[in-house]
Parts: sequence; structure tokens; C-alpha cells
Amino acid sequence: MAEEQDLLAEVRAAVPEAEFEVVEGSRDLTLVVKPEHLLDICSHLRDQAHMDYLSMITSVDRPEYFEVVYYLYSYRHGGPPVVIKVRLPKDAPQVPSLTSLWRGADWQEREVYDMMGITFTGHPDLKRILTWEGFPGHPLRKDYTYAVETTTEELLPTLPEPLEASNRLEKR
Amino acid sequence: MPLKTQTITVNMGPQHPSTHGVFRAVIKMEGERIVDLEPVIGYLHRGIEKLAEGRTYIQSIPLTDRLDYITSMSNNWAYVRSIERLMGIEPPERAEYIRVIMAELTRMQSHLISVGFLLNDLGAFFTPMLYCLEGREKILDLFEAASGSRMTCNYMRPGGLRQDLPDGWLDQCRKVVDWFPGYVDELEQLMTENEILVMRCRGVGVLRPEVARSYGVTGPMGRASGLNYDVRRAEPYSVYSRFDFQVPVTSNGDTYDRYLVRIREIRQSVRILQQALRDIPEGDYTAKVPKALRPPAGEAYTRIEAPKGELGFYLVSDGGPNPYRWHVRPPTFVNLSCLKDLTVGWKIADVVVILGSVDIILGEVDR
Repeated sequence: MAEEQDLLAEVRAAVPEAEFEVVEGSRDLTLVVKPEHLLDICSHLRDQAHMDYLSMITSVDRPEYFEVVYYLYSYRHGGPPVVIKVRLPKDAPQVPSLTSLWRGADWQEREVYDMMGITFTGHPDLKRILTWEGFPGHPLRKDYTYAVETTTEELLPTLPEPLEASNRLEKR
Repeated sequence: MPLKTQTITVNMGPQHPSTHGVFRAVIKMEGERIVDLEPVIGYLHRGIEKLAEGRTYIQSIPLTDRLDYITSMSNNWAYVRSIERLMGIEPPERAEYIRVIMAELTRMQSHLISVGFLLNDLGAFFTPMLYCLEGREKILDLFEAASGSRMTCNYMRPGGLRQDLPDGWLDQCRKVVDWFPGYVDELEQLMTENEILVMRCRGVGVLRPEVARSYGVTGPMGRASGLNYDVRRAEPYSVYSRFDFQVPVTSNGDTYDRYLVRIREIRQSVRILQQALRDIPEGDYTAKVPKALRPPAGEAYTRIEAPKGELGFYLVSDGGPNPYRWHVRPPTFVNLSCLKDLTVGWKIADVVVILGSVDIILGEVDR
């Protein structure tokens, strides 16, 4: 517990403008932060607190808001995680991308975008990853419904363009 | 006259024998040299996370079998641990020992598959693979005796196991474990110093530690790159703190090191198994758990060291019989994301080998 308090004090000192809430009674140390402070807090945790392992990014569709959840661990020291949560409004949820800090955030953020429809600003290549471009809706949202009358043609991905002309061997 | 060159784009996959499933890599090449590679996944996406939201907690256990279908025991364990954490269930000691035994057997057979297919990818078509399958078959027989199924075991339950081990299982397991060190020696004699393996793997597809850290790479792949990180040590769970074992770490981060780490891990698993089989207590195989689970509202994330890296389950409960959110953190999904860094600059024949050494299972990558 003392270590947790030290860590919180450090974060408060390093990012004084950030307001965050510590969730009482949660199993792991959990901070709820505002999207605009996410990058500062994570960069402090990575560089000063040795929480240099971004293990998991996921999202939850709560009744009132979307929640993006980050689990940070330490490669060097091991031990329990620090959990960062960001709460986002139901309409047009947006959160800064962590790809500038961890390259591993790339695919996991794409997965959250694909499944939950949350936009990560600053992501270099935010596109669907498990479904295809043109897939209707975001399946893990609670209001997602699979329309029974959807035809197979509507669900199928549009065929990719034929290979570019440059790909054919040029004649000399 | 100067030689005219041009960049060529090639789709490797989704149906390609060396992609271990349905995986596509869009490769841009100059001659045979790779200048860009973009992995495309999702061909095996079955919406498991969405499916699980419509089922009870127990009904989702068979779904975990089908994530990484080589290592279903480990997947079961990671998932039921998450439920146990959510509900505060403490499994009895015998169940924990049996789980450790199953998880280590799973690690051994998963690494055998991985090593065997790596050799396949190198062009040694199925001869080394069959040597590797010999050991794996003995383990799968044990799984079948205990759970009734060779691959999709569906053996673990919140609070313990589905059933106790059958009579004589432990003796049979001891026999297999005693046989294993000599068998691994034989494998190593055939493979480790083999000139083709060494020449095609040493220095190929190097993953530097800082890149591995940035990507969140875990498991044998991370340890081959010098990241000394094993969940069994970093955040010990179950009864692992009672066993004496080493975590093999190498520093080169190339394909050869990834092979070596896996072989060494098999030997360490044998050590753990010997101790677990010696110390396993009598007693109950499961705690008292209600038939219909209704975990209190809340959330839990637990992780284990699966054969391929850190496997985690994130469960959110709203107090109902079905999970509100069910998320898997699959190790190979994260490990695969650094494929471009590994392959750029190498030839297309090396992509096959590098991909083999990453050891992906698309069931888990795509879910």
C-alpha cells in the first residue's frame, strides 16, 4: 500500500495539472484520468516509475459512458499492475493514442476501434483489424444488432482493387 | 546498361502453407529483398468475445479451448482464474498442483509443435516434425485420459477441475516425464547443431530488446531478446513459488535464440513436473462452488504465463449470470504485431522462417 501511495504522490508531482480519481476497493491500483492528461501520466509512469510494459488495452461499453482500460506492468521489477481508465462520452468517443509511447499500442488500439468504435487521435494507421473495411457497426457495443434481413452480399467485403499496374513487369 | 529494378507487391497468404493458418502478409520487395511488410489478420475472427457475452461463465470455457487450440489447458486455466478472482474462490491445493502439471505438459507439447514446424518451414519436410510429435503424442494421451479430449480439453472449472485424475494417471505421467530428458537430448542432437538450422536462423530476424519492450512482447520470444520476464516469476500465481526452476534468457534475439529458449523451457518444465509429481497432495479436486455462477459486480484481470507468452482474461460482471464484458489478451496477437520490424531487409524465404519462430496460432490472434 505504501508503494501505491508513493507512486500516486509521484504522479501528482510530475503532472500537477492532471486531476485523477483513484477507484476505491478495486483489485488493482486503478486511476481514472481525463483523456487530455493520459499521455502525460503514461509517459511519466513509463519513464520514471518503470511501468514500461503496456500489457493490455481494452474497452467496456458502460451504460453511461465508454471506458478504455490500460494495464501497465513493469518489465524490470515485475509485480502488480497500474490500471489506467479513461471515460469517454457516448457520442463521438475520442482518446489520444499511446502509439508514440508504445508501439505495441498500435494493434490493440485498432482492435478497440474496430470492436467498439472509439477513435484514437494521433494513431498512424487507424483502420479495422479483425473485421474488414466496410463492416457495418462495431460489434462489441451493447446496442449492436445483427440485422436478420442483412443479405450476404451486404456483409461481404468489397473486393480489393486489382493489383496496381506498376506491379506487372514492364516491357523494356 | 544499368539494370532496371522495380518494387513488386506480393500477397503471402491467406492460403499459404507456412502461415500456420489463415494469415496474410502484404510484402513489398525489391528483387528478393523485403522493403515493407504489412500483416493482415482477421480471417479466423469468430467474434468469441461477443459470443461469450451471451453465455454463462461456465458455457464460455469451451470457447477458450478454441483460442490457442494447441494449448487449451493453459487457456482454461487463465480463464477460470479470472472467474475465481472475480468471486474470491480459493481452489484446493490438489487442484492447483494438477493445474500446474497440466500447464507444464501443455508448455512442453506447444514448444514441440513450434520447434517442429520451424524445421518444416526451413524445408526439412516433416522428418523432424514427426520426431517432435512423438513426445507430443504421449502428452496428448495423458490429456485424453484426464479430460476425455486430446486438444480441446475443457478440463478446468472455477474452483478446481471438472473431475479428478483417473487411477494410475500420475504413474503414467511420471513415466512420460522421466522419459522426456533423454528424448529432448535426442532432438537436440538432431537439430541444435544442425548446419542448415544454424545457418538459416542465426542472426536472422533480430528483435532488439528495446523494440521488444516497446511492443510488449512476452513469452519465449521476449526472453530470446533478453527480456527477463516470466509471469511465473514476475507475479507468481498458484503454487509456482514452491518450485525450483530457471527462466531461460538469451540475448541475441534472433530466430536461433527463439528456438533455443523453447528447447530450454521444455527442460525446465520437466524440472517443475518432477517436483509437482513428487509433492502432489491428496484431497479434493474442486472447491465448493455453486452450480449457477453470479459473480458480484466488478471486474478482474488475471494473467498466466502461457506457452507463447502472457495470456490474460479481463472480465467485467454486472452481477448477472452472463459476463458484461469478456476480453482476452492473447500473447501471439501482441507478439505478431512486430513482424515488420523483424522481416524488413531479409529475403522472402526468411519471412517463412521468422514467422515460424514467432509461433503464432491464428485462433488466438483473430479470436
